[in-house]
Amino acid sequence: MVLNWKVGGVLLGLTFFLAVLLVKPIGVSTQFVIFDGILWDAIDQTVVTQTDDGAYTSTNAYLAKSGGKYAKSVANPLNYSFVFVIAMMLGGFLSAMARGGLSRQEKKMPALWRVNFGDSQGTRFLATFVGGFVVLYGARLAGGCTSGHMMSGMVQTALSGYIFAAGAFLAAIPTAMFLFRQEP
Amino acid sequence: MSILLALLIGAAFGAVLDRIGASNPNYIGKMLNLTNLHLMKTILLAIGTGSVLMFGGQMLGMVDVGHMSVKSAYLGVFIGGLLLGFGWALSGYCPGTGVVAAATGRRDALAFIAGGLLGAAAYMATYPAIKTTGMLDAIAGGAVTLGTVPGAKYEGVTTLPGDVLGIALGLVFILVAFILPERIAGQPDVVAAE
Repeated sequence: MVLNWKVGGVLLGLTFFLAVLLVKPIGVSTQFVIFDGILWDAIDQTVVTQTDDGAYTSTNAYLAKSGGKYAKSVANPLNYSFVFVIAMMLGGFLSAMARGGLSRQEKKMPALWRVNFGDSQGTRFLATFVGGFVVLYGARLAGGCTSGHMMSGMVQTALSGYIFAAGAFLAAIPTAMFLFRQEP
Repeated sequence: MSILLALLIGAAFGAVLDRIGASNPNYIGKMLNLTNLHLMKTILLAIGTGSVLMFGGQMLGMVDVGHMSVKSAYLGVFIGGLLLGFGWALSGYCPGTGVVAAATGRRDALAFIAGGLLGAAAYMATYPAIKTTGMLDAIAGGAVTLGTVPGAKYEGVTTLPGDVLGIALGLVFILVAFILPERIAGQPDVVAAE
């Protein structure tokens, strides 16, 4: 069972507050780019380079933008934002273990998907793979995701956060209402 | 020090996402098809709580205004939001909850991450072309807040005091969290009391 929304909401709000208080607002989707960059740079070491004055740049225009800040993170994976995402996985893992872990059925696919689209692992994988592609392409186009734009943005009363949330829910609600008609 | 904070806050965030059901596609799907808004109430209360604490802390001088990081507004924010919304509904995952879900043992989340890495790479490849469309050009002042936050490096859409407005909006989010029904669409889970 999930936490009551009054408890869960305060805990989630406290997490976003602590992040701003101690460091900076939470964001995740950039780290998909950083991880791509790390993999790419491992294969081809000419992708990210350091100039004579110590700054980082890249042959890829996206990694090189904003003074090479993404290129710098690729070259130094042990930075706050990247370690943050690794720690999220650790926290999620420990939390799930502490509440007894997920059932085999759920690990395979969520019940809501199974009741609407059947038990095929391949179909579910295809859906989440395509979903992941569209989500990250969209998040990078928008410059942030649910964490960085919607949560951190709206906490700070950022106009961009409201624009992002409007777009996200405008697409997500009709899609979910169309896809998930049967209840588990 | 910053790595230690990354470990602590990151782990707390991951654990909270697991406990509120945000990394569970069943709760995401039921929130988005409007049959169970429990998670929506959690999210609204979180935004409200975060806002009240942050702006309240700023007014009391306890929170460094310089820690704010406001993203720019441009057309791509809306279009990217639409894309993310579609993929979020289809998969039940967003970037943060996808990695947490994979860590909790959900195998379909691994396919989400693989797709996500490819999607991010596709954006890296198409970024110059996207940039020439003008979709990334700032609109409405770019990186702006709704009010003008005292001491912040960001402009305000309005000249209203941004910290007071932030607390007021935070309270509105909290209020909406309380009045939002648990369910809008479909049949009620339980028979209403006579």
